[in-house]
Amino acid sequence: MPGLEDLYREIVLDHYRNPRNRGELPCPPATRAEGFNPLCGDEVVVYTDLADGVVRDVRFGGQGCSISQSTASMMSVAVKGRSLEEVEKLERSFKAMMSIVTDGGEVAPPADLGDLEALRGVVKFPVRIKCATLCWNTLAESLHS
Amino acid sequence: MSDLAGATKADFPLLTREVYGQPIVYLDSAATSQKPQAVLDAMDAYYRTVNANVHRGAYHIADIATQAMEEARAKLQHFIGAASPREIIFCRNATEAVNLVAHSWGRSNLGEGDAVLLTHMEHHANIVPWHMLAAERGIELRWLPLDDDGRLDLRHLDRLLDGVRLVAFSAMSNVLGTIPPIRRIADAAHERGAVVLLDGAQYVPHMPTDVTELGCDFLAFSGHKMCGPTGIGVLWGREELLEAMPPFMGGGEMILNVTTEGFLPNELPWKFEAGTPAIAEVVGLGTAVDYLRGIGMEAVRRHDTSLTAYALRTLTERHGELLTIHGPPEPAARGGVLSFEYGDVHAHDISQVLDEQAVCVRAGHHCAKPLMRCLGVVATARASVYIYNNTSDIDQLSEALDRVGDLFGPQ
Repeated sequence: MPGLEDLYREIVLDHYRNPRNRGELPCPPATRAEGFNPLCGDEVVVYTDLADGVVRDVRFGGQGCSISQSTASMMSVAVKGRSLEEVEKLERSFKAMMSIVTDGGEVAPPADLGDLEALRGVVKFPVRIKCATLCWNTLAESLHS
Repeated sequence: MSDLAGATKADFPLLTREVYGQPIVYLDSAATSQKPQAVLDAMDAYYRTVNANVHRGAYHIADIATQAMEEARAKLQHFIGAASPREIIFCRNATEAVNLVAHSWGRSNLGEGDAVLLTHMEHHANIVPWHMLAAERGIELRWLPLDDDGRLDLRHLDRLLDGVRLVAFSAMSNVLGTIPPIRRIADAAHERGAVVLLDGAQYVPHMPTDVTELGCDFLAFSGHKMCGPTGIGVLWGREELLEAMPPFMGGGEMILNVTTEGFLPNELPWKFEAGTPAIAEVVGLGTAVDYLRGIGMEAVRRHDTSLTAYALRTLTERHGELLTIHGPPEPAARGGVLSFEYGDVHAHDISQVLDEQAVCVRAGHHCAKPLMRCLGVVATARASVYIYNNTSDIDQLSEALDRVGDLFGPQ
């Protein structure tokens, strides 16, 4: 089996123990979306404050496993201050890293995933891929609501 | 400690396999049990030598297939102390059995103003069918609460029963292991004229079961948690109730006559068995019943209880306050289901780390989200035992939990 060190990288555990951007934003002007992973009962809430096509602020809440919570933390850092276009590129790039093909098989554009690169090992644990993508789906929902 | 497991582990081929180069430690029998060689052989032999559709063939093997199926029905009848094979309805699983009752009995007996009493420890299979009926018929759902030890709180039972037409509850919780005072609740329900449905998915595989002693009117259970195959389960119901109920699904087998104007339903039990049944699975379940009776359900219960007592003691001694085990503290009040939390580590992470050491436990809400909310958690890890488990399995679980502490403990 792949070693657990591939999954629980130090940087992942750091974001789990010390989550960045955890909290809420007043709605409006921010928008809010909830996501559920029926497999393990994970719940994530994402708040986004979008202005002029740029994510001015982002917060997340909810309860879940180390992978879902650390991904939400890293994602929040990665998308803050980015344009919608850049966020979408990040999402596609991240999902490509999780072996999820988007947009009819088109290869995702390379993007600098930063800390999120540490989640590359998740793909070796197929059951956990949903934990890592939950917050991205919820983010998209929040941005488009 | 019972020596049951030493005698039976070898009967289960899967338990001889390795996972990641280590012997498997299977502690997820509340989800599904492993299957003994005898059950695998019976199903294999059925397909190799008997396979034919039942009940309508006039040829030799069709006759043998029909006999095999009806013999299995009689085995199930005796296994739960039913009065007649006409009361044994084969369905896919306990979930389908509950849905059958909701759809057939529920729709013809419940309406606006009627109430159904459930409990906070129900599996979704005994919640959602009633929500669906409530949306359709405007019935009211009521809930028996739990006390701090995960026992049903019956202090307000009398008040809650007012206007209740059906009491539907689990005979053994799939999360807490709690065995409620079944007879007391059934008697109180009957005094008010209510019907009692027991979800026996966890109870029947682990306890000597006699429907007359339990005092219920319906009992639902699954084959795959009691050494049988998946895809086969049983609804037992009192004959007069089943007689009065309309069919559940329509199709072949469940009719006596069909014309362009209508149909005449078949007699019990076939009235509720539309379409070609899962014949090989019925045969497999009949063999599973033989296997369990060979051990003796009293012995199964003694084994579960002593292993649960060992697990409660061993895990608590080694892990102290880091470990929280939900449910009644006395082994006699519960089945061999241990839902636990380890520090603030999420259940999914616990099971991932245990998996690395070939220890199989379940993580999640266990299809009991209302109960998770009562416990104030989103998920638990759950270890559950059966006849093939032994103290060594518990020791390995306990040791494997140390690695959870190493990875996720304070830095």
